[in-house]
Amino acid sequence: MEKFTKLISQAVPLSIENVDTDQIIPARFLKATSKIGFGENLFRDWRYNADGSKKESFVLNDNKYSGKVLVAGENFGCGSSREHAAWALEDYGFKVIISSYFADIFKGNALNNGLLPIQITKEKLTKLLEFLKDNPKAELQVDLENQMLLLEAIQLNESFDIDPYKKMCLINGHDDIDFLISKKETIEAFETQKH
Amino acid sequence: MKKTLFDKVWDAHVVETVPNGPQILYIDKHLIHEVTSPQAFAELEQRGITLARPDKTVATADHNVPTLNQHLTIKDALSRKQVEMLTENCKNHNVTLYGLGHKYQGIVHVMAPELGITQPGMTMVCGDSHTSTHGAFGTIAFGIGTSQVAQVFASQCLLLNKPKKMRVTVNGKLNKNVLPKDVILYIIAQLGTNSGTGHFVEYAGDVFENMSMEGRMTVCNMSIEMGARGGMIAPDETTFEYVKGKEFSPGGTDWDRKLAYWKTLATDEGARFDTEYHFNATDILPMITYGTNPGMGIKINENIPTSDDASFEKALKYMGLEKGQSLINQPINYVFIGSCTNSRIEDFRLAASHIKGKQKATNVTALIVPGSQQVAKQIKEEGLQDIFESAGFEIRQSGCSACLGMNEDKIPAGEYCVSTSNRNFEGRQGPGARTLLASPLVAVLTAVEGKIVDVTELELA
Repeated sequence: MEKFTKLISQAVPLSIENVDTDQIIPARFLKATSKIGFGENLFRDWRYNADGSKKESFVLNDNKYSGKVLVAGENFGCGSSREHAAWALEDYGFKVIISSYFADIFKGNALNNGLLPIQITKEKLTKLLEFLKDNPKAELQVDLENQMLLLEAIQLNESFDIDPYKKMCLINGHDDIDFLISKKETIEAFETQKH
Repeated sequence: MKKTLFDKVWDAHVVETVPNGPQILYIDKHLIHEVTSPQAFAELEQRGITLARPDKTVATADHNVPTLNQHLTIKDALSRKQVEMLTENCKNHNVTLYGLGHKYQGIVHVMAPELGITQPGMTMVCGDSHTSTHGAFGTIAFGIGTSQVAQVFASQCLLLNKPKKMRVTVNGKLNKNVLPKDVILYIIAQLGTNSGTGHFVEYAGDVFENMSMEGRMTVCNMSIEMGARGGMIAPDETTFEYVKGKEFSPGGTDWDRKLAYWKTLATDEGARFDTEYHFNATDILPMITYGTNPGMGIKINENIPTSDDASFEKALKYMGLEKGQSLINQPINYVFIGSCTNSRIEDFRLAASHIKGKQKATNVTALIVPGSQQVAKQIKEEGLQDIFESAGFEIRQSGCSACLGMNEDKIPAGEYCVSTSNRNFEGRQGPGARTLLASPLVAVLTAVEGKIVDVTELELA
């Protein structure tokens, strides 16, 4: 996993609530057996018409907006456990997702792929979405070490929560498998004692 | 200290607590399928490691399989590759596979309980959010991502923070024509799709105590639709009766020992929950959804609510429905009875009992997709197949099918489908498809009438 410490980037405002993982990556694109290439079909049915032409009104098709940060409405990532949703967002180029609420499984999947979910209050999220809509060039600063999210233009100076263990994993580029393998003996002792 | 059912099962599986960090939770049973496992096997191979406990892992092919001609080579090249890769991975890593053509193949959440793989007091995971289904047995069961599938492969454990606890109690006598599906659709409509986030739910009260295991599975299955990681029901005589004598259930003295333990699992009187909700059974009526998330549900005889919220309006626009409109008499061209929510034998017995001697409406395509080969066999043996076929329903082979539109079984754009599945998200059943979630009773009567009918007051045999 890639290390994550700081990021300064423009952001894409997606003012839709309850974005479920079927929208992020529809099931018909889950047939791949590797993790590569899902970005192409990210938000497929919102981005493209049935004939493959672009839906101009969708924010990802609007040249004004770009960047490594996606700012989305409440309850982002609900539904299916497909990690392909996190892979698709990352493959497309996002490193940070900001919302006022994340579904549990999605949040875990994101963190396991070096994609940082940042939760802020609904009030601040609304303000941020509105500002970004009219100010696409504005740059957000994300500082993971100090757990800060900054956007000076709207006096956004927000500290965010993250599980200390997960923070350590992101900063060092470590993952849970390394850790669990290091606990092999303890796990085997538990198995013997339990059964 | 007084403990809940959830505490008892969770605490018995904690290997170690990381200082200021998560806990290492031991997993008793790992179910895998073709869609969310290939990248996890690849991860193991990249690291040059093997499965820690292949004997605690069971595989089946369900999400991406055709429901016609399963004995033939799969036509779609990508689907075929995915299913073949599962076969190859299971062979290379000594994992038991109930693949296409095997008598135990089926939707992972139908197959495992009916074989006795699912047992009370276990921890179970699968790379599928509806793993919550197995909570019906007093099991901690939840969906995981592919990175976590790889973690369980590598260590038989997961690193997790203990979720909060919620209890949903429903007491009283259920109204006429109200099925377990209506109970859970009602709860989600009342509480909303993110009410359970960060929580594990326990369903309590006499409504659940009086439910069959099939009904309890339908309820626990949809826990994820209110955002909860899982839902569970305390094991009781109904549970023990169901588990006893199944293919992989314990036998002899092992049964007695386990049964004695299972009987200790119920929540202690006075144990604390972080969140509690209470509902009266008499308030629940047959339900249906009108929007694009499972929380957008109404009693079938109510009108669609009105709201100026942008997300609400977007949902109604997608569905082609109006604020304040009634759904009664809404023409419907597709009916799907299947999915890990409602594809067990009890669901098909009920559906068949209401169409005996009748015909589906001519405008309707009605699809019956059994949850497993075993259910398909029962449908045949009990004479239900004849009833369905005489009524013009199409019976397919087992798999996830039109629940998620991964294979050919899709609902065309713009068409309405009354579906017994679990998600009505935009495009879930195919691009542009419009899903209305309901019970098998509402679904089967819709198929007969060709439109939505008010089942609330219907006198049914």
